[in-house]
Amino acid sequence: MNEIKGDLAGSTALIRFEVLALVSLLGLDLAAHAQDAIDIKIGYLRRAQHQETISLVQMPPPDNGLAGAQMATTDNNTTGRFLNQRYSLVDLHLKAGDDPATAVAELASQGISLIVADLPADDLLKAAEAGKADHILFFNAAATDDRLRQKDCRANVIHTAPSRAMLADGLAQYLVWKKWVRWFLVVGSHERDKLFAAALTRAANRFGAKIVEQREFKDTGGARRTDSGVVQIQQQIPVFTQQAPSYDVLVAADESEVFANNLPYRTWDPRPVAGSAGLVPTSWDASNSLWGGIQMQDRFIAQNKRLMTALDMQAWTAVRMIGEAASRQNSADPKKILDFLKGPELALGAFKGQKLTLRDWDLQLRQPILLTDGRTIVSVSPQPGFLHQFSELDTLGYDRPETQCKLQ
Amino acid sequence: MTLFWTVRTITHVASVLTFGLVVGVIGQAKAFTAYVSNEKSNTVSVIDTDKMETVKTIKVGQRPRGIELTKDDKYCLVAVGDDDTIQMIDTKSGEVIANLPSGPDPELFVLSPNGKVLYVANENDNTVTIIDMEKRVRIGEVQVGVEPEGMGISPDGKILVNTSETTNMAHFIDTDARKIIANVLVDSRPRFAAFKSDGSELWVSSEVGGTVSIIDPVKHQVTKKINFAIPGLRSESIQPVGINITKDGKTGFVALGPANRIAVIDGVTHDVKKYLLVGQRVWHMAFTPDEKYLLTTNGLSNDVSVIDVASLKVIKSIQVGELPWGVTITKQ
Repeated sequence: MNEIKGDLAGSTALIRFEVLALVSLLGLDLAAHAQDAIDIKIGYLRRAQHQETISLVQMPPPDNGLAGAQMATTDNNTTGRFLNQRYSLVDLHLKAGDDPATAVAELASQGISLIVADLPADDLLKAAEAGKADHILFFNAAATDDRLRQKDCRANVIHTAPSRAMLADGLAQYLVWKKWVRWFLVVGSHERDKLFAAALTRAANRFGAKIVEQREFKDTGGARRTDSGVVQIQQQIPVFTQQAPSYDVLVAADESEVFANNLPYRTWDPRPVAGSAGLVPTSWDASNSLWGGIQMQDRFIAQNKRLMTALDMQAWTAVRMIGEAASRQNSADPKKILDFLKGPELALGAFKGQKLTLRDWDLQLRQPILLTDGRTIVSVSPQPGFLHQFSELDTLGYDRPETQCKLQ
Repeated sequence: MTLFWTVRTITHVASVLTFGLVVGVIGQAKAFTAYVSNEKSNTVSVIDTDKMETVKTIKVGQRPRGIELTKDDKYCLVAVGDDDTIQMIDTKSGEVIANLPSGPDPELFVLSPNGKVLYVANENDNTVTIIDMEKRVRIGEVQVGVEPEGMGISPDGKILVNTSETTNMAHFIDTDARKIIANVLVDSRPRFAAFKSDGSELWVSSEVGGTVSIIDPVKHQVTKKINFAIPGLRSESIQPVGINITKDGKTGFVALGPANRIAVIDGVTHDVKKYLLVGQRVWHMAFTPDEKYLLTTNGLSNDVSVIDVASLKVIKSIQVGELPWGVTITKQ
């Protein structure tokens, strides 16, 4: 819809189209009241990925993500009460060695055609392939891999998780706005650290930052936290970060949680840290109270007795998207839901200060990126001045002209 | 941004000039008192609408947002969400004299037309709380959708409308039975509900959806949706919130939030007639009782814009506290 907004003739056509779409939507709205009860069953498919973190307070809770999906189910049911729609969530937890394809078949046999996935990229692709025949629609709530939005994109996978490129771009825009353009990039030795580093490098090139040096921090194994280990770390980090060329900010790519959270206050030069520690780009943080977010946090804490994580938010968003589409279309049919979500009528409210919509070229949810130090929201990208002819949100991640995605 | 400020500066210069003329012509305009809640300052600014300046600042509780005068103008009610109460300010003394049992995190509320009952939206627990204003006690509640916010009441007081931001509905509540009698699905994040003074239409703004739904209050159906389009602005930044409709029902004003504009709507055809540039992130508005002026609260520029309703021009900006949220104006 957005692509024709640039020219005047296009806009007129667009407005006409919107009026038509509205009329048909209204018709459906009114019909909704007279309908019979609809049961909407949603699968929640996850694989245990135990993540040790450097900070004790950042250890992921056992129901990370699931709790967000459950809260959205409660929210959908509150709405459903008025529309005669009933939502339920089926949690399926893959163990080591379990085949995601078998799990998808299991969920399908229970009449489920909408699945929220907290799976690594390869598992997600297997699940999506397995669900193709049964027309199952997947919501990727967890995997940030850019390849899932690029050459490995799938026509039956919607992404509510931001991609690494979106996170890196959100951070880069702020650092450039702040005029911290000389970056000292420190990268972990694991594959996912390197993927995040690649996204950060791309972002630096796009927005005019310069990586003055890139250094690898090798994971030599060992525990993340040790009794009195702090004494050693205080010695190691200054030594590791010395002799860097003059830089404004140290940017760390450490998704594996090996070193980044040990960097702040310990670098050889007195410089801020961003990326995987310090100023972190994310879809959500428990400190976010902007745009009505306080109600979301309060509701989440009341229901779960813990703080809400980014994965919780991404899963909440996925289940709310289903609720939004089902309430507007009065249907749980995955094709109708996908059509609605891809179309111009979607305007999802998710406490981000603006409506969220889907990129129709790769099924990625457009969303602002929060920048947090873990205690407050420091800023929200896109930053002022980063303009775009269709949507400023498309300055984050892979835009339509850059896409390698062929949805099928 | 530069362009925006330039336009604003010109508007301001023009408005100062116009204001001089208007004051010269009107001169004798009746003075009313406007009360503005400042969400960040924890204060209420008191504006003399004749002098068009802030004449007093009243300290209130934490995070004042929804604000309304009692029907006799004796008290100004202000919801202080983070203190979980609605405070009553004695308008004569300018002091807080009582706290009402509003339930947790009150934001918007509405008085029954006879002034005897107060209906409060409690965002955190999906409830509308009902308060007896004479006894100042809580007398009931109604369960509604997720994150209730907007509150509108029909001119005869029989129907209360509450909007729920995450459920995306306008709930019609029978005030005698205290029961929901109908639910109407509207666009995302409905923030505000306002009836026409003859009760013939209900207008509901959807902040995230970017529309205003016109609802038939008898049939409980959306009869029309108003869309907004402002050249040079992304649709995401057009976020309708506050709605004020003139008593004759001929003109509606819709505050468009971060679009920094008020849309002027033809009350009969529902066409957008004009966009008026005001301050930044405009959320709520109030008419002077003679409907000569409309005051708007501009959260991010810490000011109130004054719109001349007859000429549809912004004539003045009045500095208030930090993050002005709501505004209400005395009837006498």
